[in-house]
Amino acid sequence: MSVVTFAFYLFALCTIAGGLFTVISRNPVHSVLWLILAFLSSAGLFVLLGAEFVAMLLVIVYVGAVAVLFLFVVMMLDVDFAELKAEMAQYMPLALLIGVVLLMQLAMAFGAWEFADTAQSARAAIAPSDEHNTAALGLILYDQYFLLFQLAGLILLVAMVGAIVLTLRHRKDVKRQNVLAQMYRDPAKAMELKDVKPGQGL
Amino acid sequence: MVQADLNIILPEIVISVYAMAALLVAVYSAKDKLAAPLTWATAGLFVLVAVWVSGMTGEATAFNGMFINDGFARFAKVTILVSAAAVLIMSQAYMSRRGLLKFEYPILIALAAVGMMMMVSAGNLMSLYMGLELQSLALYVVASFRRESVKSTEAGMKYFVLGALSSGLLLYGASLVYGFAGTTDFAGIIDAAHHGGSIGMLIGLVLVVSGLAFKVSAVPFHMWTPDVYEGSPTPVTAFFATAPKVAAMGLFARVLHDAFGSVTADWQQVVVLLSILSMFLGAFAAIGQTDIKRLMAYSSIAHMGYALMGLASGTALGVQAMLVYMAIYVTMNVGTFAFILSMEKDGQPVTSIASLNMLSRAAPAKAIAMLVLLFSLAGVPPMVGFFGKLMVLQAALDAGLTWLAIAGVIASVIGAYYYLRIVFLMYFGQAQEDALDHRSAPVLTVMLMASAIIMVVGIANLFGVESAAMAAATTLVQ
Amino acid sequence: MEKIILFAPLVGAIIGGFGWRIIGERGAQILTTSLLFLAAALSWIVFLGFDGETQHIHILRWIESGALSTDWSIRLDRMTAIMLIVVTSVSALVHLYSFGYMAHDDNWTHDESYRARFFAYLSFFTFAMLMLVTSDNLVQMFFGWEGVGVASYLLIGFYYKKPSANAAAIKAFVVNRVGDFGFALGIFGLFYLTGSIKFDDIFAYAPKLADMQLHFLWTEWNAANLLAFLLFVGAMGKSAQLILHTWLPDAMEGPTPVSALIHAATMVTAGVFLVSRMSPLMEYAPEAMAFVTFLGATTAFFAATVGLVQNDIKRVIAYSTCSQLGYMFVAAGVGVYSVAMFHLFTHAFFKAMLFLGAGSVIHAMHHEQDMRNYGGLRHKIPYTYWAMMIGTLAITGVGIPLTHFGFAGFLSKDAVIESAWAGTAGGYAFWMLVIAALFTSFYSWRLIFLTFFGAPRGDKHTHEHAHESPMVMLIPLGVLGLGAVFSGMVWYNSFFGDHDSVNKFFGIPAHAEAAAEGHGTQTASHGDDHAAVGVAPQGAIFMHPDNHVMDEAHHAPKWVKVSPFVAMLIGFVMALWFYIWNPELPKKLAETQRPLYLFLLNKWYFDEIYDAIFVKPAMALGRFLWKRGDTQTIDGTINGIAMGIVPFLTRLAGRAQSGYIFTYAFAMVIGIVVLITWMSFNGGAH
Repeated sequence: MSVVTFAFYLFALCTIAGGLFTVISRNPVHSVLWLILAFLSSAGLFVLLGAEFVAMLLVIVYVGAVAVLFLFVVMMLDVDFAELKAEMAQYMPLALLIGVVLLMQLAMAFGAWEFADTAQSARAAIAPSDEHNTAALGLILYDQYFLLFQLAGLILLVAMVGAIVLTLRHRKDVKRQNVLAQMYRDPAKAMELKDVKPGQGL
Repeated sequence: MVQADLNIILPEIVISVYAMAALLVAVYSAKDKLAAPLTWATAGLFVLVAVWVSGMTGEATAFNGMFINDGFARFAKVTILVSAAAVLIMSQAYMSRRGLLKFEYPILIALAAVGMMMMVSAGNLMSLYMGLELQSLALYVVASFRRESVKSTEAGMKYFVLGALSSGLLLYGASLVYGFAGTTDFAGIIDAAHHGGSIGMLIGLVLVVSGLAFKVSAVPFHMWTPDVYEGSPTPVTAFFATAPKVAAMGLFARVLHDAFGSVTADWQQVVVLLSILSMFLGAFAAIGQTDIKRLMAYSSIAHMGYALMGLASGTALGVQAMLVYMAIYVTMNVGTFAFILSMEKDGQPVTSIASLNMLSRAAPAKAIAMLVLLFSLAGVPPMVGFFGKLMVLQAALDAGLTWLAIAGVIASVIGAYYYLRIVFLMYFGQAQEDALDHRSAPVLTVMLMASAIIMVVGIANLFGVESAAMAAATTLVQ
Repeated sequence: MEKIILFAPLVGAIIGGFGWRIIGERGAQILTTSLLFLAAALSWIVFLGFDGETQHIHILRWIESGALSTDWSIRLDRMTAIMLIVVTSVSALVHLYSFGYMAHDDNWTHDESYRARFFAYLSFFTFAMLMLVTSDNLVQMFFGWEGVGVASYLLIGFYYKKPSANAAAIKAFVVNRVGDFGFALGIFGLFYLTGSIKFDDIFAYAPKLADMQLHFLWTEWNAANLLAFLLFVGAMGKSAQLILHTWLPDAMEGPTPVSALIHAATMVTAGVFLVSRMSPLMEYAPEAMAFVTFLGATTAFFAATVGLVQNDIKRVIAYSTCSQLGYMFVAAGVGVYSVAMFHLFTHAFFKAMLFLGAGSVIHAMHHEQDMRNYGGLRHKIPYTYWAMMIGTLAITGVGIPLTHFGFAGFLSKDAVIESAWAGTAGGYAFWMLVIAALFTSFYSWRLIFLTFFGAPRGDKHTHEHAHESPMVMLIPLGVLGLGAVFSGMVWYNSFFGDHDSVNKFFGIPAHAEAAAEGHGTQTASHGDDHAAVGVAPQGAIFMHPDNHVMDEAHHAPKWVKVSPFVAMLIGFVMALWFYIWNPELPKKLAETQRPLYLFLLNKWYFDEIYDAIFVKPAMALGRFLWKRGDTQTIDGTINGIAMGIVPFLTRLAGRAQSGYIFTYAFAMVIGIVVLITWMSFNGGAH
């Protein structure tokens, strides 16, 4: 067993274990941590495939941003997971049965896996071997997959618009701080000095 | 090269650029005061693009086959754009009155329209997914547009979570198919599966079909439909019931024929099962409903069952029947939702079926138009809806799916019950003191009446939709 | 011209029936009546100007279905011409008569309009009857046949507020269905064997049919006999022959003009017309014809006996009609179709006249129909009295024996009886008819004596206010009176007189053998069409070369020729004795011969027997199927599904819609597993 093979099995096992424990662990914070393990080992798998750019992306975006966001959300939300789980528990036998059946079907699919005759030739055309894979990705993304890239941009735009439209509130009954107004406030205009003589009122 | 490609997707570009420009203009100017004019402008643009698209001819692909502009795509696009425009026009008055009309609404609808146009033009599993997500994401947002309402946010949430699940299924299926074929290009897949697919690919196919079935709300992937239809603001529900259904159906047909046209026998049985389940569940579950929006949700589930029946036949005739059916379905739904939008009591919207009691006395013209639409929805001859059903049944019979056709007839008999129950209430129900308001927006009345008139007049030649659909279907099915 | 005759009544019916609100009730009445008079005038022109050669007038292509191909066209020959004048003349007169008769009707309140409907029905009936008689093929004829059935149903049940009228209408319709079933089977059989429903093709094929066998029910039959019999079953229903006669007396529930038009002059003679029309087939079906003769004679006798004791004036005439139809069938049955048509022709006049006269009496007596409440009316309503008198003289057959001078009935009835003697060699049919003639005379005179002579009986007030009918009712009586007196003498030669004039009249070549030479050109053209199966016989009716009944009838012994006259005299004298000289006698006789009297009064208990054999078991079966079969089994099943299973599934679907996302997601996963499993098991995975 070469180092590469060993690393592959290690990462693969970690990924599966991470996924499994994400689902079954009782504490939601633990779940998120398990999820991070799954992400990291997936990144390792990508490195093994020679796709180090994607691997780094996974670490930075998913582990660095998404997972941390998850962690905050889970900690901030007061969700009674135990109750939810109890609700789901009554479906457990049926769910297990379904799961087993699905697993068997997938096993059948992979056990009898075959490629189409044309698969290899169709695939070979994609990855250029002489380019650094970051550059290769860029080439593909901005050239061949230009349409998809633009569409992805539109999707992000929709997501942004959606996030704003669903959360942004202009509350008329709340006083807001106007920084510029504060800064440009002129003491001469804002204040009037009055000389109050002792023993007299205004 | 790029120039030519961009020319082919010019309609989509125009709408996208319009959406972004409108967004900028609105953000930096009057904001929500611009919402109403933007709504009308978007609807106008949709109609213009629809006319433009319908004038195109020929078949072209862009971006290495990722985008296909053929007769089928154009038929679906015209249907999508026209129905989206109709729904936009209908929603303007309703939403302004309830303070729901934000300027983002027409923009999101425009972006969703781009997504739908991408869907029906997809020539690659990746562009399929991009179109699908662009449309879905916009829909998730508009579903929870009434954000102070728990029901509306709940609807958006449910739709989003389940939609994500279905996207996951679809992607998993797509990756299985890619694993088998080595390409995500439809043309490549159909070549690879030429000698019959492996079991892995077929499971992938089923997963893709499941993902798409979620979008057309076919049983058993329909569960979100009633809740989302009920919870969303009514104009949004009207939108859900029309354009996205056409787009999803178009995409369904596109994938099944363009990518998996060589393994027809394999997906046929799956689609048959979806069709039967949808028709029967739609018929049975609708009977118990008291809310007309929920009822329309089940009605659309049942109707998708019939459209799937056309698809299940796996022939050009079947695709033609499906397209005609969808065109008729959309027209009927626009009219029906125009009616539902006009249902008000003391200025507040109501959606309970009981409020329709003795409508024939309070508003005879509306009642008769609704009667025509309901008869058409139920497939009672001689309304146009009957001919739609007839065509899919014929297509199924033609393809040797006799049992499917018989099941369809039985389901339509059961389904007729709940449509006719509304007719019964409207004409023979018990009179109630506080009837619905008489007043309704002129736009809604026009839409309702036009739709009802089409249902009656259309029996002459279906306005030529039949031949257009045939031409469209033959470009898809070789 | 023929098309105008055919369609004028239809136009009248449609405009009068649907458009009377626009043109008014009066307008509808005038329109329908004038169109009928137009049709009648044209019919007489056609009849008098007709040269005896068969014409086919094409109207439009009708049915093209596989081997069945037929046009809608008019077959104009002598038979059609005769029927045209009979139908249109009587119908026109009845329309006119109805102006007066239907003017005021106690069955309707003032604000109800019924006259336009009545006239529209009458015109519709006339159209259907014309369709029947002008048809060129069996299906077209069947169409007319059913059309008159519908019109008859509508008109018998015209007073639909009266339960008895509804019952009578249904009875007429149902009994006719039995006959129509036979007729339809006959048409099917003919089409099955000849491959055509056109008369010409069938007639050309007839000689072959005589040699063919057809399997039907349990055994082989001679095709010609079987088909002729089946067609005759249809005729039995329509013409109220024994077994299927029970509807006719009940049909008197309809307004009297209807009885005159439909149940005396035209529709009921359709059966006779059918048998005569199918004469080329009938000639090759001797057994069936023997049956026709037997049944006709029996009906003539049976109906006459029942007529003796009936008290309702219309029922007496109804049984008389039944009886006279028996005469016609006997004539047709022995193969002298021209005589059958002759009697049909004269009978139409005098029977319509009797009915219209009876209607006039009823009208005068404020809708009283029981003759026991009449009496001494001859001074109150003299015109009606004379009209009835002429009708009675015609039906009883008054004339100078051994000459050709007499009322219409004298000539035609004697011709029938002589033919019966010749055709059956002085057998059963002949004696039955002679006895029936005696009874006919008796009941006809009984009617006259009870109605117009003696002391007034019944309600005094009614008698005092009895009044003569208006002119619109009397004019038709007068016109029909002319026919009743003269139609026999004028056309005696054409129908029965001598062989040559009959042949000329009906357009028959001297004899069938001569056809080839005599009408060479015409047969040649026909020969092209039917080269394979021979040539359709020329002329309106066909008599087999071996059929010499008419010649033999001409040479019948003197006693045969006198016998009906003698029978008539005996009947007359008996009636005189019973009802003028010794009015107590009938009552005594009825008491002493009570069983016989009741037997006759109850019409030989036919209705009771049918009730026991058919109606009651059918009702029982129907009730069983309704209660057990329909309500419990079928409705039970459907209701079980509709009210048990459907709500159950609805509830199930409702419960699945829990509102929880995980339920929905779970459903999706289950769906995927089911779909994949389904595909695997259906061989999708090879």
